[in-house]
Amino acid sequence: MPHLAVSDVRAKYGSLEVLKGISFSIEKGEIVALVGPSGSGKSTVLRALMGLTPITGGDVDLAGERLNYSSSREVRAARDRMAIVFQQYNLFQNMTVMQNLTLAPLKIKRWDRAEVEAEARRLLGLVGLSDKIDAYSDQLSGGQQQRVALARALALKPQILLLDEVTSALDPELVGEVLDAIRKLAAEGMTMVIVSHEMGFVREVADKVVFMDAGQIIEAGTPAELFDTPKTDRAQNFFSNILRH
Amino acid sequence: MERILEQAPRFFSGPNLTLLFESAMLTLGMTLAGCLIGFGLAFVLVFLRQTPGLWALPLRLVCITYVEVFRRIPFIVVIYLVLFFIQTVTPDASLFTIAVIAICLYAVAYTADIIRGGLESVPATQVEAAQAMNLSRLQTNLRIVLPQAWPVIVPPAIAFAVSFIKDTALVSQVGVFELTFRGKELNNQGYSGILVFGTIAFCYFLLSFPLSLLGQHLEKRLATPRGERRTRKIRQP
Repeated sequence: MPHLAVSDVRAKYGSLEVLKGISFSIEKGEIVALVGPSGSGKSTVLRALMGLTPITGGDVDLAGERLNYSSSREVRAARDRMAIVFQQYNLFQNMTVMQNLTLAPLKIKRWDRAEVEAEARRLLGLVGLSDKIDAYSDQLSGGQQQRVALARALALKPQILLLDEVTSALDPELVGEVLDAIRKLAAEGMTMVIVSHEMGFVREVADKVVFMDAGQIIEAGTPAELFDTPKTDRAQNFFSNILRH
Repeated sequence: MERILEQAPRFFSGPNLTLLFESAMLTLGMTLAGCLIGFGLAFVLVFLRQTPGLWALPLRLVCITYVEVFRRIPFIVVIYLVLFFIQTVTPDASLFTIAVIAICLYAVAYTADIIRGGLESVPATQVEAAQAMNLSRLQTNLRIVLPQAWPVIVPPAIAFAVSFIKDTALVSQVGVFELTFRGKELNNQGYSGILVFGTIAFCYFLLSFPLSLLGQHLEKRLATPRGERRTRKIRQP
């Protein structure tokens, strides 16, 4: 049984159907990358999984349990098991790095303070920011903020981590440090769904690539299958355009 | 002018000064009490107004109507409304209480919009990040949104309170012994109007000016990035 199984998930913004029946699955420890042109619905898949965009149909199973998004209580239960990192980092501006990492574990999950703080220190070490523990986000570079955001998501001990274009807002020279941090997570066996435009990185870390267009999955497979021998015209066009740059 | 100089020693005598001081404190007291309570209630109103969902529609409507209506009524009319309403309910309510309630009702309507503007100035992505971590709406507002909204809320809120110190002169109309009321009284006792109201004007200035300075100080402090706010520069030896 897969760790995460998404089947026929649909979502709407008003009357516009942005996800038209999305199905894919991930084994534990795997990394799945969602790729495709802007507006294809990649980010919406992650938002729907987090209950930030309402799901209008389909099923989501995580670790053998059905996630139901029909009531706010069920949405909370789903959010309790997953964590998301946003394109714009969204660190809480009024809090230090440490406070950002410990807020939800202490106030929402009500875990033990000593353990939470020790774990926060370990995670900041993992992303290479042990010296920024008392900094506010306006004292950090974009790459540093995004690494803090990664650590903040991990502090929730999620069963699956969702990364929504986490390097798209960064200056090119800062992309590498964030990708390095994600590589470390991959090495630790973190299960992740990644939305990314960094095709080289996707090819390197992803176990499976899902190509989306206009709210549908057009083609899915291993990185080699999709990048080298795409079967559909749309995937061929997309990858040849992207890889040409 | 001669009259003023001749009256001055008698006017600035102990009892008169005590009287003026007391009424100045009354003016300040009812403004601060009304504005602070009003400010607190305005937060509740804004929170209720932001309640999501269809079932909360009547609630939202009530909140919006309250703000829109009270912002369009002259303050003096609010005072009379409160006076007559309270007097029919509890005939022995003190005039001070009535004044504070009137100020409060007015302050709620005005500061609610200031607060709402402040909360809306915080990027929605901050709220989204909090939601994704399962923070409740109240937790999100108190821990994430409000701390970031203060720099936008505090300066206009204090400016409102400062300008309201002047407007409370209107409650002299219903007989509260505040500054302007005492001024009229002293004027009726035969003191020169210029002397009396010149002094009263100076008293209003003395009440407002420190508050304005406080407002400026807070504005500057809140505009400083957080990282620099707490740490004072330590001089290297």
